[in-house]
Amino acid sequence: MSAPRGNLVGLTSAAFIALCFLLVAGCETVPDTSMQLSPDSLKLRQLQTRTIEGIDEKALLMASVGVLQDLGFNIDESETRLGVIIASKERSALDLGDALGDAIFDAIVDAAVDAILDALFGWDGDDDEDEDVAIDVTQKIRVCIVTRPALDSSGQPRQDAQVLRVTIQRLVWNSDGNLSHKESIEDPKIYKQFFDRLSKSIFLELQAN
Amino acid sequence: MLVAVLLCGCVSSTQQIMGTDESAVQLRSYQQRAFDTANKEQTLRSVIATLQDLSFVLDKADLDLGAVTATKLSGYQLRITVVVQPRGSSQMLVRANLENEQLAVDDPKPYQDFFTALERSMFLTAHEAD
Repeated sequence: MSAPRGNLVGLTSAAFIALCFLLVAGCETVPDTSMQLSPDSLKLRQLQTRTIEGIDEKALLMASVGVLQDLGFNIDESETRLGVIIASKERSALDLGDALGDAIFDAIVDAAVDAILDALFGWDGDDDEDEDVAIDVTQKIRVCIVTRPALDSSGQPRQDAQVLRVTIQRLVWNSDGNLSHKESIEDPKIYKQFFDRLSKSIFLELQAN
Repeated sequence: MLVAVLLCGCVSSTQQIMGTDESAVQLRSYQQRAFDTANKEQTLRSVIATLQDLSFVLDKADLDLGAVTATKLSGYQLRITVVVQPRGSSQMLVRANLENEQLAVDDPKPYQDFFTALERSMFLTAHEAD
């Protein structure tokens, strides 16, 4: 009759291991590779970066601020001596007219539809269905623009050409008030729209001076 | 009770303000490196470019203080502060602090990865610094 006892011991140790795993998992949510360059990092750098000719760094930063204002962002921080501008805006996560474009909207609709489908198919007759249908309601979009002088063929910084990289991320809160998404924006369409607008802003900036 | 145990697993003490389990020497052994350059601005620009390559978005940057703070969102929320200060007349000391969801990161590996990426961006070797 030792088999049942063996099972019990096995079950207890399995439960103990599961508990240990939970304890560790509760803290370790960052993957080991979080500070390593990902295979996609070069591709991302390319879609987030443009070299802009015929403008000095200060004028480019001013043109960049103009674009951010066009898009409804508020400037949070800046350090022009390092070519840095940081801006953010808080918006509805279901706003049809969001200036950042269709991709974010699609993602939000997908998430909302997923949540509703989950709720429908996960329906178990309990009274807690309200908790299951937590849809995304608000989001904070953060954008950072960094410029640096482009280098000439001998590696010296140029006054009249700059390299600009823009990176965007967002936090989304659902109707339960919980953070439902924490993500970097990697959709090429959004960056293309940004650079199209930047070109127009640079044109206006250069016209004005 | 399980919830209590889970919470305790993440927060070892209520005294978090001065809280660290490691000595300053231990921390600095993996959080800081020295680079053979006297150019603070260029070092900071390289730090910023490296953080962008690692998918961070900046929160703050200050040339006088030599400090940059940035956040990475990728399902998790990782925050980093990097401070660049002159060390003697020919070196820059770069120190990084990482924080993940209300916890200081005390595993040396992510710091090593950061300095490896920074070395590539600066075309300079990171030296151990006390």
